[in-house]
Amino acid sequence: MNSRRPAHPYMPNSVPEARAEMLARIGIDSVDELYQDIPDALRLNRRLDLPDPVPSEVELTHHVSKMLARNTSCDEYLSFLGAGCYHHHVPAVCDEINGRSEFLTAYAGEPYDDHGRFQALFEYQSMMGELLDMDVVNVPTYDGLQASATAVRMAVRITNRRRVLVAATIRPDTLSKIRDYCGPTLTIETIPAVSETGRLDLDALDASLSSDVAAVYFENPCFLGSLDSQGREIADRAHAAGAICVVGTDPISLGVIAPPASYGADIVCGDIQSLGIHMQYGGGHAGFIATRDEERYVMEYPSRLFGLTPTSVPGEYGFGDVAYERTSFAKREEGAEFVGTASALWGITAGVYLALMGPQGMRELGEGIMQRAQYAMTKLNEIDGVTAPLLDTPHFREFTVGFAGTGKSVAEIHRALLEERIFGGVDLSTSFPDLGPAALYCVTEQHSKADIDHLVAAVRRAVS
Amino acid sequence: MIFELGRPGERGVLPPRVEDEIRDVAGDIVGTLPDGLRRMTPPALPEVAQPQVVRHYLRLSQENLGLDFNVDIGQGTCTMKYSPRINERLAGLPKLTAIHPLQPEETAQGVLELLYTFETILCEISGMDRFSLQAGAGSAAIYGAASIIRAYHAEREELEQRREIITTIFSHPSDAACAKAAGFDIVTLYPDEDGYPDLAALKAAVSERTAGLMVANPEDTGIYNPHIAQWVQIVHDAGGLCFYDQANANGILGITRARDAGFDLCHFNLHKTFSTPHGCGGPGAGALGVAQHLAQFLPTPVVTFDGERYGLDADRPKSIGKLRAFYGVIGAVLKAYAWVMSLGAEGLLEASEIAVLNNNYLLKLMREIPGVDAPYAKGKHRIEQVRYSWQELCDETGVTSEDIGLRAADYGTHYWTSHHPFVVPEPCTLEPTESFSKADLDEYAAILRQVAEEARTNPELLKTAPHNSTVHRADHEPLDDPTQWAITWRAYLKKRDDAPDSESEAS
Repeated sequence: MNSRRPAHPYMPNSVPEARAEMLARIGIDSVDELYQDIPDALRLNRRLDLPDPVPSEVELTHHVSKMLARNTSCDEYLSFLGAGCYHHHVPAVCDEINGRSEFLTAYAGEPYDDHGRFQALFEYQSMMGELLDMDVVNVPTYDGLQASATAVRMAVRITNRRRVLVAATIRPDTLSKIRDYCGPTLTIETIPAVSETGRLDLDALDASLSSDVAAVYFENPCFLGSLDSQGREIADRAHAAGAICVVGTDPISLGVIAPPASYGADIVCGDIQSLGIHMQYGGGHAGFIATRDEERYVMEYPSRLFGLTPTSVPGEYGFGDVAYERTSFAKREEGAEFVGTASALWGITAGVYLALMGPQGMRELGEGIMQRAQYAMTKLNEIDGVTAPLLDTPHFREFTVGFAGTGKSVAEIHRALLEERIFGGVDLSTSFPDLGPAALYCVTEQHSKADIDHLVAAVRRAVS
Repeated sequence: MIFELGRPGERGVLPPRVEDEIRDVAGDIVGTLPDGLRRMTPPALPEVAQPQVVRHYLRLSQENLGLDFNVDIGQGTCTMKYSPRINERLAGLPKLTAIHPLQPEETAQGVLELLYTFETILCEISGMDRFSLQAGAGSAAIYGAASIIRAYHAEREELEQRREIITTIFSHPSDAACAKAAGFDIVTLYPDEDGYPDLAALKAAVSERTAGLMVANPEDTGIYNPHIAQWVQIVHDAGGLCFYDQANANGILGITRARDAGFDLCHFNLHKTFSTPHGCGGPGAGALGVAQHLAQFLPTPVVTFDGERYGLDADRPKSIGKLRAFYGVIGAVLKAYAWVMSLGAEGLLEASEIAVLNNNYLLKLMREIPGVDAPYAKGKHRIEQVRYSWQELCDETGVTSEDIGLRAADYGTHYWTSHHPFVVPEPCTLEPTESFSKADLDEYAAILRQVAEEARTNPELLKTAPHNSTVHRADHEPLDDPTQWAITWRAYLKKRDDAPDSESEAS
């Protein structure tokens, strides 16, 4: 090793004297002796061919900044993109708390040394429980896709049945995940929506329901932003067939929209990215699963579940893992699915978000989003050839915009919008071809009236 | 508890106001929702003003032992290393945080370059041909590997026959659990006195039913299986694929590579080897690497580069589909990339050598403490971690490894036993990464030496530990009793006779 290189700031024992003292204490001459179990045939015996390092903070910052400069952010352009990742406001306190090193760099300590983490996650579980009107919520999993796929498998284990019915309007990526994760041993059938409203076709559901259905899964709002008012009808039909009703939702809507438990959902799942987590190019997701407090449901969660428990001092709040023996940590392949590092810090963040917002904040936020989206739909609909929304039903935050009457493709229109520094909605032409040339537009609380007016004017120019 | 703070009407943060013109157009949009869709009663969330919310969560953070606050070598297998603050700053830049995953590719060239370049770096480190950074963390990547193994055999119409994945008891529980989740039956091999299963045991387990091998090396004991290439050969000869769980890569960067041992797939934990922060249990990130013949099965989309432009290719008919939403835990990828760029090839080798040196130095100190031992491979070196046993001390004093760990918490540090089942009795797994100085290691060994001495002179002190923590020993019985467990505050209030009412003092 070149001893003239400075010691690396991240490695105190890169000082040669430290190494020498330690080697002497062990009683060996070189580090090579410690690798004697690795056969010569497997030794690399050359330097890794990696980019030249930039060891100072100045050089590293220049290098990374230059790379990131090739990105255009949604702070610079006006974005109406949604489809599973949302540009909601992140309160400053959320970044403050999840940036604290005490939380950021902790991992898997006991409920004593890591009491803070246990309580912060218990509080997240609890606040989600109030929002969802359910008594059990998990420590978060990777994202909403995993939450949905696991919720379906939980239903399969509980009912011991092999068929799963999913609504055709669920997020396409979630269907892909369910197909891979719920695997070749299950039959997954899609139930169509009524084309005018986007609501689940109840007749088609009736035709498919039978005593071998484990779960009926739909999302509310669905991928297209539309709300289904038939939640009670769907849940009742599922229950009559002995199936479990699984509903995917975005908790940010639940200040104004009815929690799925209120219309009979047994397992509720989804993603919490909207609750105080930056978009990060799709890198900021965490999944929740919630159920009633019944043993047969609780025992099927793969995730950790933090519970409140007394300590040896009366009145003190202690914490621990509920039913730990059900997890793969305790039982390896005999545990339910698997569990590991997932998205705990985002759970803590979502808890902070909900504590800041409170019931009134969630109500005002949800109402404001619906008002802004309604305004956008109304104004877009006034443009010749443009229809918004395409579905005749209430919406939350997102809605379909049809361009069939314009004679132009979504790609052409969005290229024109891009020139005006606008990211138009997600093109639905390939994923939902029955809608014709259409896109999924998303309006959040970050959009002012001026922003929406700017979009409408730009679309008008793009289609003329 | 947050629910015991504040009073009705307090607000923590205000949503933006809606302009009058929007209100006029939208009307009573919530009021016109059909009954079944409109929320009828507000959620019983806390109502707390902002200073009190901040105080509450900062106080909770003070009751948490982040790596930055202690000689965090007690969390063995977790590879606790310093997460450089400059990387946190870089990952927080709006040009990374405010990018939407479905933006036109030409507006996301920077982040696509990051993904592509880091994948290339991992290919060089591992010898693999292609990587996917999509997995949410290590277990997700392991599941992805099992799904690829399943797809490979399904394509060759041998999946019906090949039902078994072979693993070892000292590989992570997820190697077994994820393979089971993918539909396989698990065959678990146990070690002989060398610390790893012998060749005869492997040969007996391999058959025409073998779909693949999923193992770590070194395993969680820190012992390297020198016959690993033969293992791979045996499984290949039987028609199986070999996956290398590289959660334990920290001691071997630049020393040995997965592909050179013949493995078909491997994974890394970016929140372990590559320094990204653990976040109380995530977000982390998993990197899944494959040899060229398996690239077609990788999760979709894959990142491409045509010499000028980066892109995303979702036209992957053989792909296992989506492992995770979008493309990966981007913040973690940036931090891992920045860590590699700060160290370079020489720095990575140095990190591994120091990690191994630190571990063997600590092993020397630990072996000098009466009552503790490092089972298997007697007298031999280890790679980057060691699983110790306090059985001798336990026989002498009745004090268990758990007691020792809880008393160690009184000295301001962590301590982890082992995954289940406890094959090593009264276990303790220590992993001193390259972030720790000689003085740190001396301090940690001194703490354990002191605690071991206390076990002899005052065992009750350990049995009732911790004494200096935020809370005292918890009663674990209610956590396993459905009539008593409380996973939410509302469940607690419903179930406990002695639960406080809404006017009681904050905890």
